[in-house]
Amino acid sequence: MNNIPAPNELLAPGHRTCAGCGAAIAIRQMLRAAGKNTVVCEATGCMEVTSTPYPETSWRVPWIHVTFENAAAVASGVREALNRLGKEDVNVIALAGDGGTADIGFQCLSGMLERGHNVLYVMYDNEAYMNTGVQRSSSTPWGASTTTSPAGKVSHGKDEWKKNVAMIAAAHGVPYVATASIGYPEDFQNKIKKALSIKGAKFIQVHCPCPIGWGFDTSDTIKYAKLAVETGLWALYEVENGKLRITYKPSEFKPVAEYLKGQKRFRHLKDDEIAYIQERARKDYEYLERLQSL
Amino acid sequence: MTEEVTTGGVIYEPGNSAKTKTGGWRTFRPNFIHDKCKKCGICVKFCPEGIIEIKEEGAVADMDYCKGCGICVKVCPFQAIEMEVEKK
Amino acid sequence: MTTRVIEGSQAAAHAVALCKPKVCAMYPITPSTHIPEELSKFVADGKFDTSFIRVESEFAAMSACVGASATGVRAFTATASQGVALMHEVLYAAAGMRLPIVMVVANRALSAPINIWNDHQDTIAERDSGWLQLFCETNQEVVDTIIQAYRIAEDERVLLPVMVNMDGFTLTHTYEKVDIPSQEEVDAFLPEYNPKHAYLDPERPVTQGPFAFPKPYAALRIALNEAVNNSKDVVKEIHDKYAEKFGRRYGNGLIEEYKNDRPISIVAMGSVCGTIKGVVDQRDDVGLLRVRCYRPFPKEEIKKALEGKETVIVFEKNVALGMNSGAMYSEIKDVLYELEKRPKINNVIGGLGGTDVTMQNINNFVDRLKEADGKVELLRGDPNE
Repeated sequence: MNNIPAPNELLAPGHRTCAGCGAAIAIRQMLRAAGKNTVVCEATGCMEVTSTPYPETSWRVPWIHVTFENAAAVASGVREALNRLGKEDVNVIALAGDGGTADIGFQCLSGMLERGHNVLYVMYDNEAYMNTGVQRSSSTPWGASTTTSPAGKVSHGKDEWKKNVAMIAAAHGVPYVATASIGYPEDFQNKIKKALSIKGAKFIQVHCPCPIGWGFDTSDTIKYAKLAVETGLWALYEVENGKLRITYKPSEFKPVAEYLKGQKRFRHLKDDEIAYIQERARKDYEYLERLQSL
Repeated sequence: MTEEVTTGGVIYEPGNSAKTKTGGWRTFRPNFIHDKCKKCGICVKFCPEGIIEIKEEGAVADMDYCKGCGICVKVCPFQAIEMEVEKK
Repeated sequence: MTTRVIEGSQAAAHAVALCKPKVCAMYPITPSTHIPEELSKFVADGKFDTSFIRVESEFAAMSACVGASATGVRAFTATASQGVALMHEVLYAAAGMRLPIVMVVANRALSAPINIWNDHQDTIAERDSGWLQLFCETNQEVVDTIIQAYRIAEDERVLLPVMVNMDGFTLTHTYEKVDIPSQEEVDAFLPEYNPKHAYLDPERPVTQGPFAFPKPYAALRIALNEAVNNSKDVVKEIHDKYAEKFGRRYGNGLIEEYKNDRPISIVAMGSVCGTIKGVVDQRDDVGLLRVRCYRPFPKEEIKKALEGKETVIVFEKNVALGMNSGAMYSEIKDVLYELEKRPKINNVIGGLGGTDVTMQNINNFVDRLKEADGKVELLRGDPNE
C-alpha cells in the first residue's frame, strides 16, 4: 500500500467494532498517549474479537491475547521477560473489559497489583458483557436492564450497585490508580502518560458507553460519556501514592435523570428509583470528596 | 488441502485490517462543510475508527472505513459536519 | 558432572536451573512444592538468575509462562493435580500458540475426594491439549528429560510445550543417586532460545493469540495436529543426541522394552515400571513395554513392540470414567487393531490415589489375565490382591 490508512493511529482502521463504539475510542486515545513503544496484553472481549480476525489485525503495536481472565497474569510474564531481555523501557499495558476485570479476571488482577509488576492495567468499562450480547457484570450499574438482569413486572433491572473496582485496586497500595472517561480525552491521556511514567503496577478504569448495550443512537456515545460525569454518576479522580484527587468536577451537577432517560437500559425506571440513584450518586460523590480532603 | 497458516496463528503484518473496508457498512455519511470547519480537531479525538485528519481545507474522513456512526457530527462545536443519507 | 544423593524434586530443580529459564512462575502444590522451594533457594543464594514470579494460582502460573514465552524467553513452571486442572484452559492456549514452555508435573490424583498421592489422572486429563508428555521412571530420567524437553520444545520442527511427568512422592520425595550434568555440558547441548515465530517486540509488532473464524480455525488446528505428530521423530532424535553426549538412554526415547521378547507384555508408564521390571526378572513369561513418550503416542513403535504377543496387559493409573477402562487401554487397542493377528488384551487399573502396587499384585494379575481377553480390573490397593 503506498498510502497507509490512518498513518498516525496505532489501532488501524478496518476493525469490526460496531458503529459508534466507545471501547474503540478508548483504545485509540490510550494508544495515542502510550505511543508505539508499548506491548498490549488483552483479555477476550469485544475489542479482542473485533480487532484480530485471523489473518488480519488492527494492532500496530505488539499484542497478545490468551484467555478471558488472564490479561494481568500474561502481562506479568511479558513484563518480566522484557526486563530479562533488557527492554525495561517498553510499556506493558494489560487491557480488559469490565467482565474480564471486575469478574472473571479479578484474581489475576489482584495478583498482578500485589506483586507490583511494572504494568499498567486498563479496564475499559462498558458496564456489561457486550461481546456475548449484553449480560450483567458486577460493573453494570444499579437499575440497568441487561439480558441477564432484565427489567420486568417485578424487576427494576440489576439489583446491585456498580462494583467499585478502582478503589479496590487502590486498596492494594499500588502507586497509581485513576478513573477516566472517553468524553474527557485530555484527562484520560494525561493519566495514561502519568501512569506509564511511574514504575510499578498501575490501574486505570475508563468509562466507555456502548450504543448497542445501553440503547442509544450511535452518534451519542460521547454525549453519554460526558453526561455520566456531569451528573456525578461517574467521577474522574486519581489516587497517587494513596492520595486521592478529583481531577475534574463539574461546576454544577446535572440531574441523573438526564443521563438515564435517553438510554434504553434505564427507560423502565420509575421516579422513586431514579430518586434512589440520585441520592446514592450524591452520597458516593460526597464520600470521594471526603477522601480527597484527607 | 490445508490452508496456509502461520505457526501458532501469529500475524506478522501490523494493521493489515486496513484491507477490510468497513465503509460498506454505512447507511449515512458525514458531510464535512469546510467553510465552517475551524480545524479544532475535536472530531479526530472521538472518531472510533481514527480516520479523520485535519488537512489544509479542514477535517477530512477516509470514507473507505467510515461506518457512519455520526459521533463527529454531534461533537463538532461549529456544526461543520452534517449527516446525509449514503447514496450507493 | 557431579553425582549426588538428593531428593527427586531437588534433582528436578537442579536440571531446571541448568536450563536457565529466564522466567519461572511458580505456585506451591503438593507434591510438586519442593521444586519451587529449591529453585527459590537457588535464587536467594544468587545461584540462579531468573525472574521468579510467585503467582497467586496455577492458572496465573501458566498464564505468566505463556506471556514470558510469547515475549521470547524460556519459561518454566511445575505443578500437580488440581493445579494442572486449574491450568487446563491455558494449556490448550499455550499449545495452540506454539509456545515451548516446559512444565514438570508431580503426578497426583484428582478430586473428589481430595487426595495428595500419586496417580496419572491429572495429566491424562490433558492428553488432547497439544502438550507433549514424557513420563519418567527414575529421578535420573527426570533430570535428563527436563534438559531434553527444552531442546525438543524449542526445536523449529516442534515449537510445542512439554510436560515432564514424575510420580508424586514416589519420585518427588525419594532420595536417589543422581548424576547432575555440569553447566558447560548443558550449555553445549541446549542452545539459547531465540524464537523466530513468536516474540513481542515494538521493533517488529506482531499479533499473537488472534480470533479465528471457522476455516482459519480449522486450518490452525490441523497444523497443530501435524506439529504434534511430527514431534515424535524429534523426541527420538534429541534423546539419541543426549544419549551420545551424556551416556544415558531410555529405550529409544519413545518406548523402552525390557525383556519384551516373551509371550506376555505389560504396558505401563512411570515409576511403577521399576516394580514391573522386578517381576519380569523373576518370571520367564512376561516382559515390559514402558511408554516414555505418551504424547505424541508412538503408535508404530508400540505396534512393532507388541506384534506376535499372546497377551498384552495394559497397566495404568487412571480411569476413563464412562469407558470402564483406562485411557491408554483404548489407545493400545487402537494400535493393535492394525495387526493381522491381534494379541489378547487386558487392562489393569491400579495405584489410584497413591495405593501401593506390589510385586505380588503384578504377579497375581499376570496369572489371572494371561489367558483372558478384554478383561478390565480395578485394584483397590490390597498388597495381596
